[in-house]
Amino acid sequence: MEIPYTVAERPDTGLNNGKIAIWLFLASEVMLFGALFASYLMLRMGAAPGAWPRGDSILNVPLATVNTVVLITSSVTMVMAWASLKRNDFGKFRLYQALTVLAGFGFLGIKYVEYSTKFHHGLFPSTNTFLAIYFTLTGLHGLHVIGGMAVNAYLWGPGSKLWKTSPEHFTNRVENSGLFWHFVDLVWIFLFPILYLL
Amino acid sequence: MATKAAPAHHEAAHDHAEHPHPGFWRQYVFSVDHKVIGIQYAVTGLLFLLFGFCLIMLMRWQLAFPGRALPWLGQLLGEARMPGGSMLPEFYNELGAMHGTIMVFLGVVPLAVGGFGNFVLPLQIGAPDMAFPRINMASYWSYFLGGITMLASFFVPGGAAQSGWTSYAPLAVIAGQGQTIWLLGMVLLITSSLLGSINFIVTTVQLRAPGLTWFRLPFFVWAQLVTSFLLLLAFPPLEAAGIMQLMDRVAGSSFFMPSGLVVSGQQVAYTGGGNPLLWQHLFWFLAHPEVYVLILPAFGIVAEVIANNTRKPVFGYKMMVYAVWFLGFMSFIVWAHHMFFTGMGTTMAAFFQTTTMIISIPSVVLLSSLLLSLWGGSIRFNAPMLFALAFLPMFGIGGLTGLPLGLSAADIPLHDTYYVIGHFHYVVAPGTLFALFAGIYYWFPKATGRKMNDFLGKLHFWPSLIFMNGIFMPMFIQGLAGVSRRLYDGGASYDFAQDVIHWNVFMSMSAWGLGLSQIPFIINFFRSIKHGEKVGDNPWDATTLEWAAPSPPPHGNFITEPSVHRGPYEYSVPGHPSDFTPQFLSAQKAG
Repeated sequence: MEIPYTVAERPDTGLNNGKIAIWLFLASEVMLFGALFASYLMLRMGAAPGAWPRGDSILNVPLATVNTVVLITSSVTMVMAWASLKRNDFGKFRLYQALTVLAGFGFLGIKYVEYSTKFHHGLFPSTNTFLAIYFTLTGLHGLHVIGGMAVNAYLWGPGSKLWKTSPEHFTNRVENSGLFWHFVDLVWIFLFPILYLL
Repeated sequence: MATKAAPAHHEAAHDHAEHPHPGFWRQYVFSVDHKVIGIQYAVTGLLFLLFGFCLIMLMRWQLAFPGRALPWLGQLLGEARMPGGSMLPEFYNELGAMHGTIMVFLGVVPLAVGGFGNFVLPLQIGAPDMAFPRINMASYWSYFLGGITMLASFFVPGGAAQSGWTSYAPLAVIAGQGQTIWLLGMVLLITSSLLGSINFIVTTVQLRAPGLTWFRLPFFVWAQLVTSFLLLLAFPPLEAAGIMQLMDRVAGSSFFMPSGLVVSGQQVAYTGGGNPLLWQHLFWFLAHPEVYVLILPAFGIVAEVIANNTRKPVFGYKMMVYAVWFLGFMSFIVWAHHMFFTGMGTTMAAFFQTTTMIISIPSVVLLSSLLLSLWGGSIRFNAPMLFALAFLPMFGIGGLTGLPLGLSAADIPLHDTYYVIGHFHYVVAPGTLFALFAGIYYWFPKATGRKMNDFLGKLHFWPSLIFMNGIFMPMFIQGLAGVSRRLYDGGASYDFAQDVIHWNVFMSMSAWGLGLSQIPFIINFFRSIKHGEKVGDNPWDATTLEWAAPSPPPHGNFITEPSVHRGPYEYSVPGHPSDFTPQFLSAQKAG
């Protein structure tokens, strides 16, 4: 038994199954982070005057700026990895995919430095509501980064065997994992100004 | 991962995907076949429904006879819960919270969406399986683990969650360990519903058989599709809220903890600055769409059963499709009608009561269409049809009694009384549950190749209908008298309740009677698997695609790929030799 349209596009919808699934998944992710951003708004609006600290008075803006650059760069290499497959250049794909995963490690490393400094200074989620939402949002985002890296590493390593048997299917998978990776990037683009700058 | 579980007793089986004997574990336990997963979902859901019902039957003892020792069973539950056989308030709270949680998240939704959706939807659209069979399996097992987690919470120190199925903060934040387990269980259930809903949407969009255009879809498929969108988009905010409550409980943050909160005369050890209302907003942002998750699949089932047993098309099919989409959309902007009492302000209340009045319009369209479908039909009063017919007035009572609750002025005296309990139980218990029973009797022949006994079905139906009303109708009387829904003694210690609390015994008797009325169903269900009347592929003379497949359908469903030639409910077409013209019948054969 074969499930139709796992690789080929269905003529009347113009999409394959995986493509719809990843967009639906991202829609639900938007609702997840959207709810947290809304909570941030409600907590900040309801805070006593002067009780809500400015992000840059507590958080490390230069490090976060570097992290923003790292993550945007990884989105570029992700596209390059996918484009290499489209151009039938598997070697280039391996290179760019590896760079994407490495950039993920770089991001997490910098995040680790930030977190441990906070803990060192006695700043925890229980300290105040700003730090609570900071740790929750960046922690959940960090988990998404780890998830994206796991999928990308799998597609770089054992998952890439599919390239030999069904290059189109494999390219679709890389495209879908790329869509998720861009989403994770985009969430950070929102997190950075809201938590660090405002 | 599941291939490992299959014992390799057929050495030659290199093409395991096509292999006819996949082994016991692969075929019945870690199956990727949507029908097996659907049955797994349905049976697990039914067991949880029974368990959740047992919890409330236990509570009804305390409500009918406050403080009196429960013979035999009371001793069995132990000194920590029922010392000397009489129930402790903490245990009562546990039962209440877990009854709601289990019925909604582990019983009705898994049966309605996971069970019926999985089993029927791919068959009705002529698909060989769901779009992602392995994700489908993961969805079931995630649900299963979530259920086990919830059950396990009864055994942690302090017992299961006690803060209601709504888990309102700050009560839930300072509650015992059971609440943490509850939150972890919810994360698993939300994951399960996420995986399931994506699968349903992709399957419906992509795997429709040739010729099955959008407006030839059976209404059941539309209902499941909209339900899936609600699950997909409404559950994540609850997940966010659950994460925040977990942070509050485990990491000591103050998302839902206001400044200066005093509990039992002591200031709690939280820095404060949070907002308890935030929890309510996020919770009801899920939980109002969730109400429609409970009711839409029921509408879908009832539409199928009514069209089949009136032998005529459902009235206003297209209008029903538009209504179900509008309903789904509106369900996202009515949530704060649960919160008129929180002091959020009259402007907000005015907005949400307006949207609430608007959302009743598509509900009425759906209900009226089904009611008008009966007009002029030659109705067959078999077991599925009786349940489907009873659904209409029962849901009608539930819906109409909801209108006063949706108006902020009328909500003030009714809020948090037994009136509210009566209202939503009419929607979900004799409403949705009756529709689900109709579905079980209706599709049982497709799943097993045998019919359930019709006499036992009627013996199940009539007492159930009477006892359901015996339980819930007096709740309106008590609620209008102002009896709160949260009283451990059922109102015995309140003067104003004295005139109406004699109903408590009547309601409890009805509840236990309802329990007994399920015995014919249980006997019928198990007996019919082996000994039911053998039937062909299309025992009800139905028109939709699932009846083109063999009963029970093999892995991959259809012998030849079906194609669709007409709309879903072509019953009693003038000039056609029989009173039904199936969708899968080609134009020449239809004459």
